[in-house]
Amino acid sequence: MSDKQATASQPSSAAQRTEREADYPLVPPADVLEDSDGITLRLDMPGVSKDRLNIQADKNTLVIEGEVQIAMPQGMEALYAEIQSTRYRRSFTLSGELDAEKTVANVSNGVLSVAIPKRAELRPRKIEVTVT
Amino acid sequence: MFGNLTAVENLFNELRRMERGIDQIFGPSTVPAGIRSVSRGTFPPTNVGVTENEVQVYLFAPGLDAKSFNISIQQNLLLVSGVRKLPVDQKATYFRQERFEGEFRRVVALPEDVDPERTEAKYRDGVLQISLRRRETAKPRQIRIN
Repeated sequence: MSDKQATASQPSSAAQRTEREADYPLVPPADVLEDSDGITLRLDMPGVSKDRLNIQADKNTLVIEGEVQIAMPQGMEALYAEIQSTRYRRSFTLSGELDAEKTVANVSNGVLSVAIPKRAELRPRKIEVTVT
Repeated sequence: MFGNLTAVENLFNELRRMERGIDQIFGPSTVPAGIRSVSRGTFPPTNVGVTENEVQVYLFAPGLDAKSFNISIQQNLLLVSGVRKLPVDQKATYFRQERFEGEFRRVVALPEDVDPERTEAKYRDGVLQISLRRRETAKPRQIRIN
């Protein structure tokens, strides 16, 4: 126990290195699909609530960021940790036919859905044939 | 959050990370693996934290119904299982399908002193948090000399 405390209080290079490692954002797994209306993305971002999301879309890029917030008791020590960062970040390049300004996003149970519609004039149109 | 591990734990994590990297390049390594350890990317990723009084297990399992988890404790093993089904849009073209789908099962070895009778679980923002209490007797006690 005392051993542990001694090593913890000394800023060792290993600790510093892993601290930086913990700063690397997590890359959330994503599903990307396209239909005639536009592109939909679904990303797994567990631990991120609506107000901890930051989504930016401009003409060329879509950037998705989120911060993990989970309830933790005071003085908790990690016994085992597969998730070591508290941030998610992922970006995608967009193409010209997408109307990034009309992007809609919602989050439910840690799954983020982002819908980017295609510009109305570029959507495939079905041509009705009328018989006269 | 989980970044504040002690140096020794960090070293082991570092090694595990390296091992995973090697796994990816050369296939499973010859380094002995924990008997219940799983390969990288197993769903759902799991964190375990301890305090003097309790053990907290976090399973990062988004997009599920809270009632769909099967949680049980046998001896000092915590078992969590379930099925994750993703809605498939038949008319759409998929470019990426990285998200996990199907049955999952995780086993977490708990410290010996947990009291399974007082376990609570909650599901919020896609994180299943299981709180387990540790038995009083396990806490350090001051012994007085008369």
